[in-house]
Amino acid sequence: MTNPSDYSSPRADPPAGSNEGYWRKNLTYLGILLSIWFAVSYGAGILFVEQLNSFHLPGTGFPLGFWFAQQGSIYVFVALIFVYVYLMNRLDREYGVDEGAE
Amino acid sequence: MTVLSWTFVMVGLSFTLYIGIAIWSRASSTSEFYVAGAGVSPLANGMATAADWMSAASFISMAGIISFGGYDGSVYLMGWTGGYVLLALLLAPYLRRFGAYTVPDFVGDRYYSQAARIVAVVCAIFVSFTYVAGQMQGVGIVFSRFLEVPINVGVLIGMGIVFFYAVLGGMKGITYTQVAQYCVLIFAYLVPAIFLSLLITGNAIPQLGFGGVDQASGTFLLDNLNDLHRDLGFAAYTSGTKSTIDIFFITAALMVGTAGLPHVIIRFYTVPKVKDARISVGFALVFIALLYTAAPAVAVFARTNLLNTVSEQPYSEMPEWFSTWESTGLISFDDHNGDGLIQYVGPEARDASGAPIENELSINRDIIVLANPEIANLPNWVIGLVAAGGLAAALSTAAGLLLVISAAVSHDLLKRSFMPEITERGELIAARVSAGLAVVVAGYFGINPPGFVAEVVAFAFGLAAASFFPAIIMGIFSKRMNREGAVLGMITGITFTAAYIVYFKFIDPSANTAEYWWFGVSPEGIGTVGMILNFAVATSVSYFTPPPPPHIPDLVERIRVPKGAGEAHEVSA
Repeated sequence: MTNPSDYSSPRADPPAGSNEGYWRKNLTYLGILLSIWFAVSYGAGILFVEQLNSFHLPGTGFPLGFWFAQQGSIYVFVALIFVYVYLMNRLDREYGVDEGAE
Repeated sequence: MTVLSWTFVMVGLSFTLYIGIAIWSRASSTSEFYVAGAGVSPLANGMATAADWMSAASFISMAGIISFGGYDGSVYLMGWTGGYVLLALLLAPYLRRFGAYTVPDFVGDRYYSQAARIVAVVCAIFVSFTYVAGQMQGVGIVFSRFLEVPINVGVLIGMGIVFFYAVLGGMKGITYTQVAQYCVLIFAYLVPAIFLSLLITGNAIPQLGFGGVDQASGTFLLDNLNDLHRDLGFAAYTSGTKSTIDIFFITAALMVGTAGLPHVIIRFYTVPKVKDARISVGFALVFIALLYTAAPAVAVFARTNLLNTVSEQPYSEMPEWFSTWESTGLISFDDHNGDGLIQYVGPEARDASGAPIENELSINRDIIVLANPEIANLPNWVIGLVAAGGLAAALSTAAGLLLVISAAVSHDLLKRSFMPEITERGELIAARVSAGLAVVVAGYFGINPPGFVAEVVAFAFGLAAASFFPAIIMGIFSKRMNREGAVLGMITGITFTAAYIVYFKFIDPSANTAEYWWFGVSPEGIGTVGMILNFAVATSVSYFTPPPPPHIPDLVERIRVPKGAGEAHEVSA
């Protein structure tokens, strides 16, 4: 079922199977980034919010857990997406599957 | 100039801009109508997505909800932004690679099943109509409060504008109008926020200001607010009242629901390449975060301002805005103890002898954003700007939703299900007619709100979380997932979620308290459980039923790598 010649389509480009390494690395990135995603929102912002609230973000009036729930998690979300974009663009080039710059 | 003339100027200018863009960017093919010819730059798409996503609820109500709920409001902040991480990492690039026009397109083709397609179409239409009715209502409210026209006239004007650019321009017209609407709405949101932050904390950046020192008292603003809350018998602002498990499940339902909402997903079909889809989710979240990180700051400033202005003050000495908003019914005061002072207190308030104090003031949460400029004595043009911003938020979201409805009818139902021989021209006409009809239906619900708009928002997210999200994720990340598993999974997820919400919201609303909820999960958060059930049922059913036909694993293999995304087009499976 992975034989590409069984299936002809204008979109059937790289032969199936050759991209296993690409996919496995992608899944590794996903695992790491989504763990951070979970840790800053569900972890720091919800499950451990009370413990963290006994600390303050240095120099400000923000209780730490509250800050993660209403500010910090959002900043981390933005950063995660751009890190993923960077990692995947690099991976695309490494495996020769990027779409070129035209 | 008066507030009213400034409002007319601001709203008039912004509407002229939208109409101009609509004329400039008419759609001439189905590809342009559905996905703007897949030629939108990632930056423009990010802005359009942000406007598409941020609705009347985000602009008008969210800061108010946070202001009254304190920490509890965090569910919306995290839920409505964290979903974009899921979109960028798990959905957008693969759906772009697949290259269809609609979400039911993907579900129907990946699961080689008309039944799956129809289930998806029904969900898409239901979710979108739920949402669009709320937007039209928002348009009516802004018009009636700021421009002093009746709500119905306001809705009709809004319908006219949306009709013009959605029917004429399709996705292409909508996209470029949304870019303009984003600029209007973010400017309108941040200007008062910056003014307030400067006034109260002396810091021009609201996101930092609300962690800073209150210039009046010299203590940290948040400590100050917590003290005020404690004195007045409210729960501490930075702690809230909801249980941890409920916060967890609501946040998850909102995040997953966001990632599964069809009008958000289709925006990523409009960019040229897979890597554009990835980065445009990033841009979208940056633009959304500008408003979402400012909202909790606005909430704190407004709460502090409000408590200082009204608490224990004589009713006769209230400023002008108080009576203005009293006449709209958004503030009401009832002097229970007849002392002429306003007691605005929480459920735990006690007097010196330990007897409970009665609350005398009720305040609608929408006031926080709408009346903020007046409460803080900001210039008149800022008030006009807020009106234009509220309209931009409502109209941009309404247009995106109408497009989903129109594509669901003309593309998924006609072209892909019942009239496969329809011509390109016929499909384009059908798309325009159904967009037009959808505007009319949405306008009807805006004028005659079904009375449960607020309740059904939980539905929209719950259903998107329990249906689309698992079906799409398994379609990409599992080659073994088959038609039987996906369809039964979606049906289980939807039925369970809908039944739970309908029971607590409509059949027995009096039982809608934590003691009757399953595991303490409120109807707002039940979509998370529906999603888990969907995954579980789909996985077990697919294990006992035949694997998908051989072309499906090949299809999955191909959408996992970006090369050759090409333009959006039909997939002949």
